[in-house]
Amino acid sequence: MKVSTPTRLTLRVVALGYLVVLLLVPVVLILWRTFEPGVGAFLDSVRTPAAISALNLSLLIVAIVVPLNVVFGVGTALALVRGRFRGRGVLQAVVDLPFAVSPIVVGVALIMLWGVGGWFGFVERSGFKVIFGLPGMVIATLFVTLPFVVREVEPVLHEIGTEQEQAAATLGASSWQTFWRITLPAIRWGLTYGVVLTVARALGEFGAVIMVSSGFPGVSQTLTLLVHSRYLDDHNTYGAYAAATLLMGLAVVTLLLMTVLDRKRSTR
Amino acid sequence: MALTHTRGSEAERSASLPDAAPEAVPDRPVAHSAVVAGLEPVAPTDAEAPSAVRTRRWTARPLGVGVVGLWLSVIVLLPLAALAATSLEGGVGGFVAAVSEPGARAALWVTVWVSAVVAVLNAVMGTLIAWVLVRDEFPGKRVVNALIDLPFALPTIVASIVLLSLYGPSSPVGIHLNATQPGLLVALAFVTLPFVVRSVQPVLLELDRDVEEAAASLGASNRTTFRRVVLPTLAPAILGGAGLAFARAIGEYGSVVLIGGNIPKKTQVASQYIQQQVETDQPVNAAAVSVVLLLIAFATLFVLRWAAGRGRAREVSS
Repeated sequence: MKVSTPTRLTLRVVALGYLVVLLLVPVVLILWRTFEPGVGAFLDSVRTPAAISALNLSLLIVAIVVPLNVVFGVGTALALVRGRFRGRGVLQAVVDLPFAVSPIVVGVALIMLWGVGGWFGFVERSGFKVIFGLPGMVIATLFVTLPFVVREVEPVLHEIGTEQEQAAATLGASSWQTFWRITLPAIRWGLTYGVVLTVARALGEFGAVIMVSSGFPGVSQTLTLLVHSRYLDDHNTYGAYAAATLLMGLAVVTLLLMTVLDRKRSTR
Repeated sequence: MALTHTRGSEAERSASLPDAAPEAVPDRPVAHSAVVAGLEPVAPTDAEAPSAVRTRRWTARPLGVGVVGLWLSVIVLLPLAALAATSLEGGVGGFVAAVSEPGARAALWVTVWVSAVVAVLNAVMGTLIAWVLVRDEFPGKRVVNALIDLPFALPTIVASIVLLSLYGPSSPVGIHLNATQPGLLVALAFVTLPFVVRSVQPVLLELDRDVEEAAASLGASNRTTFRRVVLPTLAPAILGGAGLAFARAIGEYGSVVLIGGNIPKKTQVASQYIQQQVETDQPVNAAAVSVVLLLIAFATLFVLRWAAGRGRAREVSS
């Protein structure tokens, strides 16, 4: 299909114009508004006690969620690829389930399960705060990030097959040795990719976390909740821009990591 | 990969471990008390008694599946089950009553309507962007290509702030979409941008240009070629991307929370209604609308999977 030059230019202008209006201008505008009063103002705004404790809380949640997702994600992927058991199809569907659930619905579902009146309400009544506490936020984040590691590791496991593992086993390696020395090195880039996706989503999750957090500044506010409350409750628009820019920086780092890892994966 | 074995034969094999033939090795490695030449000893195994290793091998797989199943149940299934149970606390009648409350109906309607418009917008603009990225050449194309993924990487609340800066109360160009349905539209179009682009792009790259040239040499105009040759090939990808965008849009919260305005019956989307019901302590209403939202998402994804399966079947048979 040979498109005439005017048509081609029109298509190009329309496509790029859409991207500029929808993506580029808003993002550049935020950056400009953040740094217009100077880098110092930005640094001051993201170094208030509330902002620092929000960053710490976000990182703490990441630090809890990532190891759990790595262990159970690799376990789930192994079970899905290598396991021969009834209900594997169901397991597959359950892993994809979090992608289809609205973040708000995740929060509501967790309240229905872990809240005082819920099925697991006895935990809350015994004095261990789940909803409106750190455990609730961690569980909410676990829910939304659950598919990432599984779905990145699974295809790699399929691809490498079991021949090397069998060879190792024939040579007398224990299952633990085979896992550490054969399986894990083979899946490392897929696993890393899954972890990067998990970290990005954990830092950026908003809807599910706001439902199960009490949202007190300095106590139970993550970075995303800080952006929200600064804009809406404190009418601190500049503070919200600054915190959003910080999150955006983290997102861009993620994007770069993903590009590098993609190349690593394809050259392997 | 020819090796498939049942659990029973594996158990037998572990009983006759030492002389397990190479072709009969289970895909989980056998236990061995001594570390064989060629593999250096690894710390953890040295500490394990052979018998312990052997018993673990017996139980490892069922135990592993059990642990994984338990984990998925506690994290994913039980919360959703509790949600469904709550939505039915007042019986089916209570569920229907909760869903047909004016506020709930309006919120669901706004959500589905705006999401459908966003899906169509994505289908058109996403295909166009994919086309330009594949068939056109211009300086900075790689940067534009990288930019497409930005909405997936950005936290949704940041998307909200970013759009408000241009289309909100302090807009430098005087466009105020704050608390309007077009505002919702812009927010949802932002977060769902990559779906269609990323699903159409690979198909366009693979597209056989010979067929297009053949159509052109037979006298077909560009429009005819596009409609009769290119579009049918792209259709499944466009539909798939638009469907995913729709499923994502109906559940969106973070990106619309600031720009949407949360005006009941006008710009309040289902997720905001649900949150409001939770805050005013009406869990049955919240749960019922949540279940409806879930069902719409499942139905969308189910149709997509079914359509994709049919498309594949046709490809194989042709």
